Amino acid sequence: MKGWKKTGRGDRQMIVGDFDPQEAAVLRGLLREVRQMLEGRAAEAPDDELAEITGIRLGPTKRPADRIVARLLPDFTFEDPDLAAGLRSLHEPQLIAAKLEVNQHMLDTLPPDGGRVELRPEAADEWLTGLNDIRLALGTALDVSEDMPDELPPDDPRAEHMGVYQWLTFVQDSLVHARMAVREKR
Amino acid sequence: MAGPLSAPTKEVDPVVEDGTTPDLPWQAIVWNDPVNLMSYVTYVLQKIFGYPEPKATALMLDVHHKGKAAVASGDKDKIEADVAKLHAAGLWATMQRA
Repeated sequence: MKGWKKTGRGDRQMIVGDFDPQEAAVLRGLLREVRQMLEGRAAEAPDDELAEITGIRLGPTKRPADRIVARLLPDFTFEDPDLAAGLRSLHEPQLIAAKLEVNQHMLDTLPPDGGRVELRPEAADEWLTGLNDIRLALGTALDVSEDMPDELPPDDPRAEHMGVYQWLTFVQDSLVHARMAVREKR
Repeated sequence: MAGPLSAPTKEVDPVVEDGTTPDLPWQAIVWNDPVNLMSYVTYVLQKIFGYPEPKATALMLDVHHKGKAAVASGDKDKIEADVAKLHAAGLWATMQRA
């Protein structure tokens, strides 16, 4: 992956990037892990007969116990615990569904053995969101902080995964810039 | 703001024009976090709220340097929907009374 590039003009603008087999495997592995976490959380939603009748799905009212899932699905407010619980229950099912959708979109467009990914601008938005979810998950697992050095000491157990995190940062940042270049031409 | 000039009337408007709109009781707050990229936060603010790039950049820098910024205000339903969009994009956002 040497970064994303914008190709074409006008309505035919595409954003193109190439992934080698190892990069594709790492990315797909992370996507599946985040997917499992979100599906696990979705399974915690209460079984509600009323929901089946009305079609309105409600999620759990409590914050996820897992800190990675909690970062992917933050509280809506700090002001009022009851309001936070109510808003979580109301919005969480749709938020999980949206995150699973962009996750699946990435899996569908990223060739399993690596290769070229060609994205229309709207598809690039889905990739940006999905890449961000993976970085949030990995960054939370690694306890990433703003004053962290770029390279951890070799005896730090996080050192190896940090390289993957920094690679994801490059992939996402490059895609933001390619995507913004499309917008500016319109 | 440029607008058509009109003759002043004698009626006094009781609402004080100080740049804030009185019936906007809720704010969407974006909090600084160590993962979200500055470029991405700027892009998300442009996309969700339609802000021009300079405004989105200024808000992003406020988040980065001050730890948080109010990125939108409005009635509860609007801000609730805004926070849901910010969460869908992965930003750390909450709502509070203005």
